[in-house]
Amino acid sequence: MAYDKFNILKSSAVPLPIENVDTDQIIPARFLKATERKGFGDNLFRDWRYNSDGTEKKDFVLNNPTYSGRILVGGKNFGSGSSREHAAWAVYDYGFRCVVSSFFADIFRNNCLNIGVLPVQVSAEFLDKIFKAIEADPKASFEVSLPEQTITIESTGESESFDINAYKKANMLNGFDDIDYLLNIQDEIKEFAADRPL
Amino acid sequence: MNTKKTLFDKVWDSHVVQHIENGPDVLFIDRHMVHEVTSPVAFLGIKNRGIKVLHPEKTFATADHNTPTINQHLPVEDPLSANQLRMLEENSNEFGISYWGLGHEKNGIVHVVGPEYGITQPGATIVCGDSHTSTHGAFGAIAFGIGTSEVEMVLATQCIMQTKPKSMRINVEGSLNKGVTPKDVALYIISQLTTSGATGYFVEYAGQVFRDMTMEGRMTVCNLSIEMGARGGMIAPDEKTFEYVKGREFTPTGEAWDKAMAYWKSLPTEEGAEFDKEITFNAADIEPMITYGTNPGMGIGITHGIPQAEAVEGGVATYKKSLQYMNFSEGDSMMGKPIDFVFLGSCTNGRIEDFRLFTSLVKGRQKAPNVTAWLVPGSHRVEKAIKDEGLLSILNEAGFELREPGCSACLAMNDDKVPAGKYAVSTSNRNFEGRQGPGSRTLLASPLVAAAAAVTGKVTDPRDLMELETA
Ligand code: SF4
Repeated sequence: MAYDKFNILKSSAVPLPIENVDTDQIIPARFLKATERKGFGDNLFRDWRYNSDGTEKKDFVLNNPTYSGRILVGGKNFGSGSSREHAAWAVYDYGFRCVVSSFFADIFRNNCLNIGVLPVQVSAEFLDKIFKAIEADPKASFEVSLPEQTITIESTGESESFDINAYKKANMLNGFDDIDYLLNIQDEIKEFAADRPL
Repeated sequence: MNTKKTLFDKVWDSHVVQHIENGPDVLFIDRHMVHEVTSPVAFLGIKNRGIKVLHPEKTFATADHNTPTINQHLPVEDPLSANQLRMLEENSNEFGISYWGLGHEKNGIVHVVGPEYGITQPGATIVCGDSHTSTHGAFGAIAFGIGTSEVEMVLATQCIMQTKPKSMRINVEGSLNKGVTPKDVALYIISQLTTSGATGYFVEYAGQVFRDMTMEGRMTVCNLSIEMGARGGMIAPDEKTFEYVKGREFTPTGEAWDKAMAYWKSLPTEEGAEFDKEITFNAADIEPMITYGTNPGMGIGITHGIPQAEAVEGGVATYKKSLQYMNFSEGDSMMGKPIDFVFLGSCTNGRIEDFRLFTSLVKGRQKAPNVTAWLVPGSHRVEKAIKDEGLLSILNEAGFELREPGCSACLAMNDDKVPAGKYAVSTSNRNFEGRQGPGSRTLLASPLVAAAAAVTGKVTDPRDLMELETA
């Protein structure tokens, strides 16, 4: 399934300055029972967001109307834990298109790239600047440019570049996914498979 | 340039169908395991594209994550779980994939049954939509967890796109102390490296400790590779590996076996090959381990105290939040902390050897009255061995019951949930907030530490009980 194209995103951001946010927090296992990719945003950060009786936890950032935007900014080692793509789906379905952290867990990062959420890894110093900018002004705007591979704090003009491999970048700019690519090289795959012992 | 190759390089390079300039490799997948939770959307994807599963004979389905661990002969009560299980069965039938559902004699946790039936083989590439796929690396395979989009890729094309990770070798030299198990070795390494210490790497475990280890033990260690952030972990195949693989249902025979053996024997890392990172630990430094926090890197030797916030790497606030969740304090000793639940099971420690260890310690003792114990075999085959070896009667005499196979309290998708605020000593792999049920508090440990807790009702050094035996 091809996904939304990503080019330049200008938005305010939601801060979550916690380290090692694992996929069980992003979406607890008990919400993985769906057989379609729908509605996961409702359970994003479920146990941090709601009390056990279903009422909102007022002090959690997603329940605070001061913060909004399509960029989620997390602490170091974001997305560790399970391979559940549901975690990336929940982030996407809630409305985020970009996650910023100073370090991402591998599988989560891959999953994001595969569904059209851009993981932006910045230095610890720059991450700190982003958090400070949001603290100073919850509506602070950021520009994430995929073509330029930069993220800019608009109020100060400070900017940092981020890495993404050229293939994935092209995919995201065009909204292509890996299966489109793989289906196009089917003959080569079949030839390769013919020689495999297993 | 160094032309000596590592085990990882050999297996990876021989599976690259195409290398994309400035991009990932197209990697051919030999074995694909699926389960009910991460596959439905992938099957839906290929249906929407109007395509078939390219190699149904290379994909194997088992139901495990969502399944109840009692009364498996009855219909599954939870409608959502029942629906996922039905979808797995329907999809497997529609696309011609072998399906080991509830009640099937081969049913069990995906990473337990793969090796049991010889689906797992040295030198293979193995993926599954579950991060603990790294377990299969114990056989010298490249095995790792993937997301649902990638499950769809494998179904459609038997390939995925992956950037080759960097390589790391972790050596543990010497021999293990009494009471120290493979689980402790893994928890020790993670506590040293942290949960992100191996992110971006594929790990090879080497050294005497791993050479001496059984295949079950190697699986436990490789299983936990993901908890230090690594994509996977592997151990060079040797005689023990071949002995284990031989004669299983999906293992090659006759001429194919000879050919396979020739390939498998060529796999070990060559002398002088270089790794991007290499670390060596000393087995003598490792004690029985236990975790005190909310990630698997927050582990200590059982006789040690909980570290002070200032002494740990990373954010002090995050550390304090974690201890607050656990209701522990800096400097606390773990020994003697009362516990409520014990969970023996999961793809980390749900194999026969784990039940042998657990049983060896509870034998002749009684389960503590304040403890609820869930003993969940990793598969029907493990369950059968527990009975055949006479472990079940020993467990029963000690006040324990055996449940039916599945993931169970490892991720608490079924009814096996630890209640809020309660403490569970678990042989599984994750102590994240709420992992074993909303508000649950998990202490990760070995089957021996779990057994010691189960009979004393509190965190106890298993060596103390073992000493009583030998005294
Ligand atoms: S036992 Fe736990 S870690 Fe293993 S496959 Fe099941 S849910 Fe995943």
